[in-house]
Amino acid sequence: MNKLFVEASPHIRSSRTTQNIMLDVVIALCPALIAATIIFGIKALVLTVICCACCVVFELLFNIIAKKERTISDMSAVVTGMLLSFNLPVDLPIYMAVIGCFIAIVIVKCLFGGIGQNFANPAITARIALMLSFTAAMTTWAAPLASWKNSVDATTVATPLAMMAGGEDITGTYSLLDMFLGLRGGCLGETCILALLIGGIYLLARGVIRFETPVCFIGTVAVLTLLKNGFDFTNMLYQLMSGGLVLGAVFMATDYSTTPVTTKGKIIFAVGCGLITFGIRQFATMPEGVSFSILVMNCLTPMIDRFTVPKPLGALVPEKKKKEGEKNG
Amino acid sequence: MSKLHSVKLPHFSASAEETTRKIPSPEEVAISMAQHIGAPCTPCVEVGDYVKVGQKIGDSEAFMSAPVHASVSGTVKEIKDVMNVGGRLCKTVVITNDNKNEMYENIKPPKADTKEDFIKAVRESGAVGLGGAGFPTHVKLATKDKIDYLLLNGAECEPYITSDYRELMENSDDVLAGIDLIMKMLEIPQAIIGIEEDKPKAIAKLTELCAKYKNISVKKLPGAYPQGAEKVLIHSLTGRVVKEGMLPSNVGCMVMNVSTAGFIYSYIQTGVPLVKRRITIDGNVVSSPGNFFVPIGTLLHSVVGFADVKKQPDRIVLGGPMMGNCAFDPDTPLAKTNNAVLLFADTVERKTTACIRCGRCVRACSLNLMPTELESAYDARDAEALERLKVNLCMNCGACSFVCPAKRNLAEKNQLAKDFLRQAKAK
Repeated sequence: MNKLFVEASPHIRSSRTTQNIMLDVVIALCPALIAATIIFGIKALVLTVICCACCVVFELLFNIIAKKERTISDMSAVVTGMLLSFNLPVDLPIYMAVIGCFIAIVIVKCLFGGIGQNFANPAITARIALMLSFTAAMTTWAAPLASWKNSVDATTVATPLAMMAGGEDITGTYSLLDMFLGLRGGCLGETCILALLIGGIYLLARGVIRFETPVCFIGTVAVLTLLKNGFDFTNMLYQLMSGGLVLGAVFMATDYSTTPVTTKGKIIFAVGCGLITFGIRQFATMPEGVSFSILVMNCLTPMIDRFTVPKPLGALVPEKKKKEGEKNG
Repeated sequence: MSKLHSVKLPHFSASAEETTRKIPSPEEVAISMAQHIGAPCTPCVEVGDYVKVGQKIGDSEAFMSAPVHASVSGTVKEIKDVMNVGGRLCKTVVITNDNKNEMYENIKPPKADTKEDFIKAVRESGAVGLGGAGFPTHVKLATKDKIDYLLLNGAECEPYITSDYRELMENSDDVLAGIDLIMKMLEIPQAIIGIEEDKPKAIAKLTELCAKYKNISVKKLPGAYPQGAEKVLIHSLTGRVVKEGMLPSNVGCMVMNVSTAGFIYSYIQTGVPLVKRRITIDGNVVSSPGNFFVPIGTLLHSVVGFADVKKQPDRIVLGGPMMGNCAFDPDTPLAKTNNAVLLFADTVERKTTACIRCGRCVRACSLNLMPTELESAYDARDAEALERLKVNLCMNCGACSFVCPAKRNLAEKNQLAKDFLRQAKAK
């Protein structure tokens, strides 16, 4: 008989791998990428491909220089590249995008130990860094469908959130359907709500993400907006569909590494994101707060994890603690 | 009643609808003196002795033990130390089979009119839990706690294994008679047979037969792993929670495998002790999977030789794919607790990648443990954290390792962590 192979149980494993989870996320991001290419032209696709390529190359270089195992085959760098590009204005100079990729992959992800070890979402952190470094370029928004119209209309527009924050009447400029289809100014991957929802449903169906995070995140913003604006449903829908809320709630607040592991923790995380987003949008000088809310909650994740450890079935925790307390006290 | 976490496993039950067959009598059997949890037996035969089927060849003074019997007739060839799959060395009696299958002359139905006699008889039968854990049955029966429920484990939640299912289909009358007998002897008011929903034929058959017994019922269990784990089964059938450090009897439950109940009845009727059992033979190299009656002590290589294999296996699993052990030696003898032999080929070594904190293991653990946190605590050798996170509760069901997309060996780490914690506490 051949040499026998010995291993500890279990001897069968699910077909799920890190790589095919990441591949699912890439697939889920594709509808939004297609939408972005239609809305903002081929340059949206070009920027996304460049970001993905840069992220992969940076990770590979880091692995080589740091003499670490090559990890690019897990596809997570591709996901980071796509998400980062989705958070950028389509006309952003390429070198800035490359800097963003460097921040995301090398500083936020690899220096903290690579996949699973980073405490902050790489794409979000890179976006915030770019926003603070290149504010003008990061807030210049291309007009939707400009490449199709061939017109001499304004090539840049204000985002719905900026308009709302400025007290402008938005309903005349963008209809709710425009908002849903993504025909508005904004980061390249955040505008088409329809495409993002299709991606979200795919991720839910594939069991990659759980519904708690997006529902609680978006739900919190919805409820608070309604309460503040005297139950103005139209305004609430504009709020939900503008900025990066849906992109953030479906794809970024559901990131595994940087969010709590338990369901209870995920709910706390998502509600926290919703609260901060609402607070920034309504009361701060910045029009958008999704990125900041996720980054802040990323930082709170270890603490949330600590306080949401589930009680094991039949565990005798409280009594023991009491006894120890008596001894020590 | 809250639902416990569980995982969906792939279905492999090619052996389910095949009637149990007999394997050709092996030329030699090696019967281990440690077939159960508890004290190993001491051989009571010597090299050269002629033994017959059912003759006691090992026993122990200890309460937590069960005697072992010869499974074939023939001559004791040698008594040697053999390492079992758990890595424990134990005395093993090797018998050369004379193929006469001569029954031991003192075999007769035991006296079992009172509770004491019944328990004594069960001890003499060599009965241990046939589900895999191998808890001596008479110890379980001798509990001083008041038992409200006798729970029969017919969940058989691991893929491939169908030996309990075959027991339910082929031997249902004995199983029910055994349950009835145990209930009468121990004055247990109610019995529930738990069967997973993926075995509708067994559920239908048992439900119909149960009509004759007014206190025995069948309950359909969800097809979710690990439904057959003792604590999970008790929770599913009664809603009771077996707390840390407690036994099922402390919450008024006695859990028994259906095959054990069937065996006890046949023993009380015939007096033939536990010398053979039903095992499932399956795996990716087995072309005709099925269930087989094998004498206890049959060597693995005889099973492989007998099984219809397409190619030589490179991995042999004793028990189910979730909790079974890999055999490292084809000369390993089968024990009373082996319910399956799985033969695999084309095994590829699994590559483990970094934890991505996806939380799948946390949502898989039916005991609400946090395997990912336990792993980091063990890697840091943090005894305090391991104790706080209750690694001692882990029953090694393997659900966490199964779901892990990074293919981390979480369940294995938990077992190492338990041992580490034990040693750390002893200091």
